[in-house]
Amino acid sequence: MKPVNQKAWLLVAPVLALVAFSAVIPLMTVVNYSVQDTFGANQFFWAGTVWYEQVLASERFWNALGRNLIFSFIILLIEIPLGVFIALNMPKKGPGVAACLVLMALPLLIPWNVVGTIWQVFGRVDIGLLGSSLALAGVDYNYVQDPVDAWVTLIVMDVWHWTSLVALLAYAGLVSIPDAFYQAARIDGASGWAVFRFVQAPKMARVLTIAVLLRFMDSFMIYTEPFVVTGGGPGNSTTFLSIDLVQMAVGQFDLGPAAAMSIVYFLIILLFSWIFYAVMTRHDDDGAKGG
Amino acid sequence: MTLAWMAWTPVTALFFIGIACLLVGMSVWIRLDPRNEPRRGVLGLVTQRGDRLFLSLLGAAFIHLAWIGLTPEGVPLWGGSLVSLVYAGLVFRFV
Repeated sequence: MKPVNQKAWLLVAPVLALVAFSAVIPLMTVVNYSVQDTFGANQFFWAGTVWYEQVLASERFWNALGRNLIFSFIILLIEIPLGVFIALNMPKKGPGVAACLVLMALPLLIPWNVVGTIWQVFGRVDIGLLGSSLALAGVDYNYVQDPVDAWVTLIVMDVWHWTSLVALLAYAGLVSIPDAFYQAARIDGASGWAVFRFVQAPKMARVLTIAVLLRFMDSFMIYTEPFVVTGGGPGNSTTFLSIDLVQMAVGQFDLGPAAAMSIVYFLIILLFSWIFYAVMTRHDDDGAKGG
Repeated sequence: MTLAWMAWTPVTALFFIGIACLLVGMSVWIRLDPRNEPRRGVLGLVTQRGDRLFLSLLGAAFIHLAWIGLTPEGVPLWGGSLVSLVYAGLVFRFV
């Protein structure tokens, strides 16, 4: 029998405590709220599944969910290929490496609300560099009034903010490929595409799994940037689930419905994250027995 | 310290005790029967018991949501729980 080392429990205990306080206990509280009604003063009344019925029948919820899914889909469609393309073109050795890495890391260091403020001003038609330049060029652009312009602004902003994360992760995968792989490919007379398809892409697959998961979860939970730039408008055109949720919980103080919506939101994120993870790691353990 | 701010109800307490019992049960099961080799099931995914429990719980949550959203008013929720049990059985057998 293998010796059992109980010290491991001691080492994971701080993480368990942290996760319990920051995630598990708040989540339990949200579940408790989702089946009750409150008018404040810490008084609660049993409501059963009423809030879930309300959320699932609400057009407002499905519209926000649809917007969120479309936003995340567009973000992944742009950021993943663009990040890989940038990583492939970044220098692998020499003095340019450090400069490139610093430049790529810069957008990641800026807090979300500052990014929102930068783009909120940048896109303004009266004083913003982007907005006024487009106006001078005769482009009819106004993210405050036009839903399409608002969406384009949010997407470009997210691409600007987060593509470098994908690029850095893909770059980490690329630099871990030994030179011998490239030499073998050269000897075989492999084309650039073949090198990418059979050498670089498989080596990047793991880090790209992380990149897709991180970008999906982040873009699906996006709140600060659209809140600062568009505030969910014009109309409700950029009201994503998180913005809707905050409006419901903090603006309207409907804690029960907001909690039910949070649970549904959480389950959807869990489901999509699992699907991405399962699809991207399905070939990892080919030694497993058939069922 | 009082837990009033967490707004506990007997029903939600039972729900979480149930989840905790499932986790403890899984730990006991692996002690009693350590044969937990990964296998490739009908979904083409490699899973172990823990993965199947996760899929069962996640599926059960969505089955209950679908039950609430799709059945007419007055249909008891435990109908969804029965479907979830059958689903969990299928997941543990075939996935």
